[in-house]
Amino acid sequence: MAWLSRIWLEISDQFVTAFITDNRWKYILKGLGNTLLLTALALCVGIVLGVVVSIVRSTWDKRREEMRPGFGKGLFAFFNAICKVYLTVIRGTPVVVQILIIFFVIMASSSNKILAGVIAFGINSGAYVAEIIRGGIMAVDEGQTEAGRSLGFNYVQTMWYIVIPQAFKTVLPALANEFIVLLKETAVAGYVGLTDLTRGANIIRGITYQSFMPLIAAALIYLAMVMFFSWLVGKLERRLRTSGH
Amino acid sequence: MDTDVLIKVSGLEKHFDGGKIHALCGIDAEIKKGEVVVVIGPSGSGKSTFLRCLNLLERPTAGTVLFDGADITDRSTDINLHRRKMGMVFQHFNLFPHMTVLGNMTIAPVKLLKKSKKEAEEKAMGLLERVGLADRANAYPSQLSGGQKQRIAIVRALCMDPEVMLFDEPTSALDPEMVGEVLDVMKKLALAGMTMVVVTHEMGFAREVGSRVIFMDGGRIVEENEPEEFFRNPESDRLKSFLAKVL
Repeated sequence: MAWLSRIWLEISDQFVTAFITDNRWKYILKGLGNTLLLTALALCVGIVLGVVVSIVRSTWDKRREEMRPGFGKGLFAFFNAICKVYLTVIRGTPVVVQILIIFFVIMASSSNKILAGVIAFGINSGAYVAEIIRGGIMAVDEGQTEAGRSLGFNYVQTMWYIVIPQAFKTVLPALANEFIVLLKETAVAGYVGLTDLTRGANIIRGITYQSFMPLIAAALIYLAMVMFFSWLVGKLERRLRTSGH
Repeated sequence: MDTDVLIKVSGLEKHFDGGKIHALCGIDAEIKKGEVVVVIGPSGSGKSTFLRCLNLLERPTAGTVLFDGADITDRSTDINLHRRKMGMVFQHFNLFPHMTVLGNMTIAPVKLLKKSKKEAEEKAMGLLERVGLADRANAYPSQLSGGQKQRIAIVRALCMDPEVMLFDEPTSALDPEMVGEVLDVMKKLALAGMTMVVVTHEMGFAREVGSRVIFMDGGRIVEENEPEEFFRNPESDRLKSFLAKVL
């Protein structure tokens, strides 16, 4: 049994070096806090952007033909084109490159890393959220819009009272998944020196020259969070299904 | 203009696909107050398009629709105000699945007519009573049969106190044994003096309830007459062959 206690000693020694000595666990905790803050704020930015872009895109796709030619239609076409460019560029480039550009090019004069991260991940997530919600809006039967309009609701009222609530229900699970993806994606925030969970672990690795403990710890924390949120999403999906409408 | 005329349609044209498909080729028609106009015809004849042009769910390519003397095809007319007075019932019911029956019936009166929730619900319950569905007030559409859904769709439109009711093949999506209950409601409505335009394949309804029958084919009104004459002495060959097939 001597070998077993040797391994145990080795592991506990590594654990102490990685987390206990000099209160190094604080890197992990601070990193975790930043990861959660970044994810939550980026999610808010992403949802606002996503809702706006999806409404512009789906309104244009559905109603282009009945719009009266003129200044308003031209303006709408312009906004729609901007949204399309936004979706193409954001979904066509790596998020690491995007955050580097935001931090070192666009916000070069600011050193607020969290802000840069929120903007970069918010803009990135918004593109995916927009496509998710647009899918939900397009999936609501055209008859729903017609029924709303035939009662006398205008287009905005019909969207607000009738289409969006149904679309939202359909896309809620997909939105929750996007949140999980975003949580993991923020791991690249370390590229601009933001101390998120991944970078916190990496800093410990740099100080202690031990890779195993800090990196496995980071991985386990991500895994635990993702499993927790997946469980929540699953619960939500079941509830939406059983409510039956 | 004759004050009895509620809807006057002149020179109505509708093209689809940038002019490739001619759905309506110059329709002139009048619908008087209290009339039950039944529109029949083969599929693709333009009858549904015609009906949907009456409340501008389909915007006509040319021609005018006068409703209560106002030209609703004019771009400066607020169509939403006029649609409140034109109830519509669809082939596929189009109830709002995320609301209860009562929610379906009260949302428009509450949001658009600014009625109080209580007042709207009282009116809704009264109407549900009349179609025998008061016990389903708190059910969701997914819990109803097709015939029940369509009866709810009819009373949902009635909650807005419309001046005319437009029916777009209201029984076509129903199981045969549920057709009767919907037609019964429509018949009662007609007897109560409601102005109705009904696109349907139910010849029995046309004959019994209709005050006038219009036969459409190829985007045109081919023949129209009082039901008795319409079915007994059809003039055009097209109508004769159509009736021979469906009767």
